[in-house]
Amino acid sequence: MADCEGVIDLKASEAIIKCLLEEQVDTVFGYPGGYILNVYDALRRSKINHILVRQEQAAAHSASGYARVSGKVGVCIATSGPGATNLITGIATAYMDSIPMVIFTGQVKSSLIGRDVFQEADITGATESFTKHSYLVKNANELPRIIKDAFYIASTGRPGPVLIDLPDDIQSEEIEFKYPDTVDIRGYKPTTTGHMGQIKRAVKAIEKSSRPLIIAGGGVILAKARAELLRFVEKTGIPVVHTLMGKGALPSQNPHYVGMIGTHGFAEANMAMAKADLLIFIGARIADRAWGGVGDKIPKSVKIIHIDIDPAEIGKNVGTQIPLVGDAKYILTEMTEKIGKLDNSQWLSEIQASKKPQKSGSSDRVEPKYAVRLLSDKLNDNAVLVADVGQNQIWAARNFEDRPNRHFLTSGGLGTMGYALPASVGAKIAEPERQVVAVVGDGGFQMSIQELGTIAANNLGIKIILFNNSRLGMVRELQERRFGKTTEVFLDKNPDFIKLCSAYGIEGIRVNNNSELEKALEVAIEKEGPFLVECLVDPTESTL
Amino acid sequence: MKRHVLSVLVENQSGVLSRVSGLFSRRGYNIDSLSVGETEDPKVSRMTIVVRGDDHILEQIKKQLNKLIDVIKVVELDPEQSVFRELALIKVKTNMTTRASVIEIVDIFRANIVDVAADTLTVEMTGDEAKIEAFIALMDSYGIAEIVRTGLTALQRGNKAIKNLNEI
Ligand SMILES: Cc1ncc(C[n+]2csc(CCOP(=O)(O)OP(=O)(O)O)c2C)c(N)n1
Ligand SMILES: [Mg+2]
Repeated sequence: MADCEGVIDLKASEAIIKCLLEEQVDTVFGYPGGYILNVYDALRRSKINHILVRQEQAAAHSASGYARVSGKVGVCIATSGPGATNLITGIATAYMDSIPMVIFTGQVKSSLIGRDVFQEADITGATESFTKHSYLVKNANELPRIIKDAFYIASTGRPGPVLIDLPDDIQSEEIEFKYPDTVDIRGYKPTTTGHMGQIKRAVKAIEKSSRPLIIAGGGVILAKARAELLRFVEKTGIPVVHTLMGKGALPSQNPHYVGMIGTHGFAEANMAMAKADLLIFIGARIADRAWGGVGDKIPKSVKIIHIDIDPAEIGKNVGTQIPLVGDAKYILTEMTEKIGKLDNSQWLSEIQASKKPQKSGSSDRVEPKYAVRLLSDKLNDNAVLVADVGQNQIWAARNFEDRPNRHFLTSGGLGTMGYALPASVGAKIAEPERQVVAVVGDGGFQMSIQELGTIAANNLGIKIILFNNSRLGMVRELQERRFGKTTEVFLDKNPDFIKLCSAYGIEGIRVNNNSELEKALEVAIEKEGPFLVECLVDPTESTL
Repeated sequence: MKRHVLSVLVENQSGVLSRVSGLFSRRGYNIDSLSVGETEDPKVSRMTIVVRGDDHILEQIKKQLNKLIDVIKVVELDPEQSVFRELALIKVKTNMTTRASVIEIVDIFRANIVDVAADTLTVEMTGDEAKIEAFIALMDSYGIAEIVRTGLTALQRGNKAIKNLNEI
């Protein structure tokens, strides 16, 4: 078929690799198996870097961490059946946080699908509700088109994971390969620019308001609109609060920065929500965790502007007077241009005056809030902090200082324990020059502890800050509050984490109290390779 | 809760039906019926979905449907401006004494008898929902052996067409 321009005959598995190269993919995270052998063989001969994780869930989390730090699409790959089902939690985690990812899974031979043969699992069916889209490839010749579309869908509009299921026989077919230049999916035309009339209405509403407040969500970071938000805020003087996923949208030192809202947020941030006369949501879903503790205090008279790339988010959780569908980067730029210089200084100082100094604990052990603040002070201006789930996540979120080039990653939507370690692998591989720190609890650490193997094998200089409170701390706290009694949250028989790391060839220090902390952090940061700082934390330490 | 009829153009591909129906069950939307078939373009299918919900829910349903990559267009049909039809096959129990009166009612409703057996008549009936309901109610007194209904299917009246797929 050399007569058609640019068309070459190629084995499908080779074609897949070619497509990945066309998409500028340099790294994939995966785990091989019987029904993805063809792809792996093609991968072996390519210049694409494959990171062998120790469990497929980690491949998805690593791809997610990679995507969030690099701003590119993360790619992971697994075999059929158990390989694919192990990915599920990672895919759902990425979906909830709108992370651009393309996932390849092996599948049994086309002719055997539906017969419950060895290692068959209906992965497109199983992941239907938490993939942005998925394909079960039936015709190998469609692969280039499918992969082109998959990357486009994953990375545009509201980003999300796209899964491509590859039957074994399809992988080894000969196809006529040509990578498409363009994408035209008639059912998928994301709006990016934003309606000019609505932008003007929003600007007018902001100019007329006396207590406007910006609520920045993860969308600001996904849209790479941090600089645009900063410019908008500087011109308008509007105070900014953020959701957990929106952490980092505005540097903490900025005079307009107020803090995190929601169940685990700061009182002054929630208070500002309740007192505002205009709420400007940007890339925030405003789900229960963000709305918690404030939702019912917000007067009905408040005006709401909601900026989101996903039209379905508008009006889903809160009513809106001025919906603005589009890319936050574009819309913020337009609004900054259109809006006059405003003076919100009185309102801002009113909020800032309500700020209370952070509680400092008085523990004989390591005080985790202090520990995160100290860590934050010691880290570079462009450090990446990956927080797991539980008390450790909130300690990290409330005390890690956001700076313009820093990154804070966590599983906000699904709240997946075990996220931090593999996500930090992805982050470190995406940007090896940056400091990457995983903050984990003793529970979540053990959910992904096998990834110490990946970290060691690749000598990834990830620093692990383990808050060992011998408890599933956040659950312990919830139980006490709700039932007055605790159950099944005791991890007193934890392994010796220092020895465990040492078995992987990873060094570590156990820190018993605050006074030992500084030295330990300095050593950890100083060392080239991976390092564990195990902080012993009082089991009764509270989240807030 | 108000009833709404949505006409949804989708890619004629495997998996679409499951995505659409999955969306309704997952998000707890009430669905009365869903019918689907190929359109004048073999690559496109049209689904007619009858849903119940207030305006807020309807808005969400439309938006969530639109989010599906395989959904090309979603239009809510205005009952005043549209033709709604449903097909039902109704197997009615009959005997020597009741047969004639059943046939009489079938005639009045302009329905058709499509199968006759010793003790049943199978009636094919097309119409809007109200007509079908009325007919079924009348047949109930004779005894209904079986019913199958296609669910509503609908088109906009006049020369309007949900087309121009690439312009949306
Ligand atoms: C995969 C998963 N399982 C269960 C939970 C529920 N959960 C939320 S926080 C938490 C406790 C976490 O304990 P640990 O990792 O030690 O962190 P800590 O709260 O003690 O800092 C649990 C079990 C979850 N979020 N994710
Ligand atoms: Mg713990």
